[in-house]
Amino acid sequence: MSNLPIDPAAAVPVDTESIVESAVEGPSTDPAHRKKKKFVFVRNAKSITGLVILAVFVVLAIVGPWIAPHNPNDVSLDLLAPPSGSHWLGTDHLGRDVFSQLLVGTRSVMIVGLVTGVGATLLAVLIGVSAGFLGGIPDEVLSALANIFLVLPALPLIIIIASQMDNAGSMVIALVLAATGWAWGARVLRAQTLSLRGRDFIEAARATGESTGRIVWFETLPNLTAIIASSFVSTVTFAVLSQTTLAFIGVTSISDWSWGTVLYWAQANQALSRGAWWWFVPAGLLVAVLGMALTLINFGIDEFVNPRLRLAGMSAREMRRSGIRPRIGFTARVRNLPRTYAHPTPVVSAGVRSSGEPVATTSDEPKETVR
Amino acid sequence: MKFLLRRLGFYVLTAWAAVTLNFFIPRVMKGDPVQSLINRFQGQIDQDAVHSLYVLFGLDKKQSLWQQYVDYWKEILHGNLGISFAFFPTPVSQVIKDSLPWTVALVGMATIIAVVLGTLIGTYLGWRRGTWADSILPVMTFFSSVPYFWLGLLFIALLAVTFPVFPASNAYTPGMTPSFSFAFLQSVVQHGFLPALTIVLSSVAGWILGMRNMMVTVGSEDYVTVAQAKGLPERRVMYGYAARNAVLPQVSSFALSLGFVVSGSLVMELVFSYPGIGAQLFAAIGAKDYPLMQGIFLVITVAVLLANILADVVYVFLDPRTRQEG
Repeated sequence: MSNLPIDPAAAVPVDTESIVESAVEGPSTDPAHRKKKKFVFVRNAKSITGLVILAVFVVLAIVGPWIAPHNPNDVSLDLLAPPSGSHWLGTDHLGRDVFSQLLVGTRSVMIVGLVTGVGATLLAVLIGVSAGFLGGIPDEVLSALANIFLVLPALPLIIIIASQMDNAGSMVIALVLAATGWAWGARVLRAQTLSLRGRDFIEAARATGESTGRIVWFETLPNLTAIIASSFVSTVTFAVLSQTTLAFIGVTSISDWSWGTVLYWAQANQALSRGAWWWFVPAGLLVAVLGMALTLINFGIDEFVNPRLRLAGMSAREMRRSGIRPRIGFTARVRNLPRTYAHPTPVVSAGVRSSGEPVATTSDEPKETVR
Repeated sequence: MKFLLRRLGFYVLTAWAAVTLNFFIPRVMKGDPVQSLINRFQGQIDQDAVHSLYVLFGLDKKQSLWQQYVDYWKEILHGNLGISFAFFPTPVSQVIKDSLPWTVALVGMATIIAVVLGTLIGTYLGWRRGTWADSILPVMTFFSSVPYFWLGLLFIALLAVTFPVFPASNAYTPGMTPSFSFAFLQSVVQHGFLPALTIVLSSVAGWILGMRNMMVTVGSEDYVTVAQAKGLPERRVMYGYAARNAVLPQVSSFALSLGFVVSGSLVMELVFSYPGIGAQLFAAIGAKDYPLMQGIFLVITVAVLLANILADVVYVFLDPRTRQEG
C-alpha cells in the first residue's frame, strides 16, 4: 500500500483519450514511412483473419438468396429432419430448409449492420467533432446529449419502440439502432478532437487563414480515421447482436428472414426439447463468428492506434523468430542480432518491426535495448 | 466537490429526460390499452366504468398534454406508478417489487463472479503477454461476441434436455412456497445455476480483455520497471504495482455494470422463463400494459443512474487526480 506510486502522469488509467493520443502521431512522418505504416494494419494477422471472414459474409449477403438451394418459405414433407444431403442443415417444423433460411437471412443482417454502422458513425462524427471543435456552450449541450443517450438503457428502449411498430422491417430496426447507438463514438471523437484542436498544425492552419470547414475536413478528420473506423466496427457488432436479439424475441417482422428470425422460430416451436440442434446452433454460431471477425478487426485497429499493445500483438512464434524475448511483467527486451554484421553501415535490427520504427544500431557490440 | 456537483446536475438532467421520454412513449403509440382491457373482460364493464378507466390510466383525451405531463410528474414524485393493465388491479409498484429481487439476486451474483474471475484471469494474461497466454484471446473474442441468449439455449439443450442435470425454466420448483428453508434455497440455487452460468460465460470475456489490455499498458510504465529493478518479488510487482493501477478502470466499469444488472439480462429471463423484471417487461409489451412498461423502464433508468453516481464517487475516492481537478 505504502509504495504505490501516485505519480499523476504515470498512473493514468488508459481511457480512450490517451490511447487515441498516440494515434495522432501516426501518419505525420515522411512519405516512405507513411507507406510502410499503411500496411501495418493490414499485415496484422488478427485484422487479416477478421477481414477475410467479413468478406465471406459480405459475399454471402450479396449472392445468398441466389445460391440458396431451396426457397426458405417452401414447406415440404420432411418435418424437423436432421441434416442430410438435400437439406444441409436439416429442416424446421414446417419442413422448410434451415440452410436456405440462414443464407437468405445473411443479407438483412449485413444490411442492418451496415446501415446502423454508417448512420451511427455519421451522427457520432457530426456531433462529436462539432462538440470538440466549437467548444463552449454548444459543446456542453452536445456532450450532455451524448451522455444522456449513453446512460439511457438502450435495449429496453429499443424493445419498447420496436414492439410498437407492426412488423418492423430491417430498415426501421437499423434506424432505431443508429439513433440509439451513436453516443459512445461521439464521446470518443469529441475527446480526440479536443486534443487535436490545440495541436501546432491546426494552429498553423488557422494562422494561414484556412476556413473552419477546411480545417475540420482536411486537417482534423484524416487524423481521426482510425477512431472513426474503430467506432464504425463496434457499432456494426452492436447492431448485429441487437438485431438478432430483437428478431429472437419476435419484435421485428417474422416473415423477414434473418439469423434471429430462425432462432425465433426454433424457440417458438420447442426446438430445444425436441432435440433439433441443427435448428438453433448454426444461427448462433454465425452471429458469434461475425462478431468475432469484427472484434478481431477492431483489435487490429487498436494495436495500430496504441503502440503499447502492438508488441503484444505479435504471436509468440513471431517474437521468437525476430529475437524478442518477452520479459514477463514489464517491457519486452529487444536483443540485438548476433554479431554477424561487421560492416560499418547502420543496420536496422529486425526487432519491433510492426511498430514501424525499427531500432537502428550502429554498434556491433551485442547489447540490449530495453524498449 | 465542484466535479461532483456538475455530475449531479447532469444526472438530474438525465433523469428528467428519461421521465419525459417515458411519458411520451405510450402517448405516441398505436393501440388503445383500455379497449384491449375491455376486450379481455368481455362486456363485464359498463360505459361509466370505461370512462373512469380512461381517467384512471391518464388517457383522458379531454385533458391537455401539458396537464397530463404535470400530473404524471406529480404521480411519480409520490411514488405512484399507476395500475397495471395486465395484472389488473395490482399496482405497478407491487408487480415490480415482486419481480425485482429475482433479477437483482441472480444477475448481481453472476456479475460479481464474472468481474472477480475476469479481473484475476486478465491480470495473469496481461502479465504473461507475448507467450502462449495470448493465444487464449481469440477464444475470448468468440465468447464476447456470442449472443448470450443463444448460449442459454445451448445450455438448456445440453444440460436440461439431453442430460437433465438442471431444470430448464422457472426460479424454483413450481408449487413450493418461497421461504428461507433449506429445501427452497436449494431449489433456487439449482434453478439459477444455468442462467448464472450463461451470464458469467458471456460477460467474463469482456472483463478479461479489459484487464489484460490495462495490464499490458501499465506493465510498460516506469514505476513497474523500477519496482522490478529494485528486485521486488515477481508477485509483489504484479499485484502491488501493475494490477493495482490497472484495476482502476475495471472498478469503475464494475460500478457501471451494476446499473445493467437490472436491464442487462432481459432476454435471458425470457429464455429461462425466470420471473424477473425482464420477463415482466415482455409480458407488459405483449399485453400493451403501458403503466407497467413505463414503470419498468423508469426502474431500469434509475438503476443505471444510481450506478453512474456510484461509479463517479468510487472514482473520486480511488483516483486522487479527479480530486485535484475539482
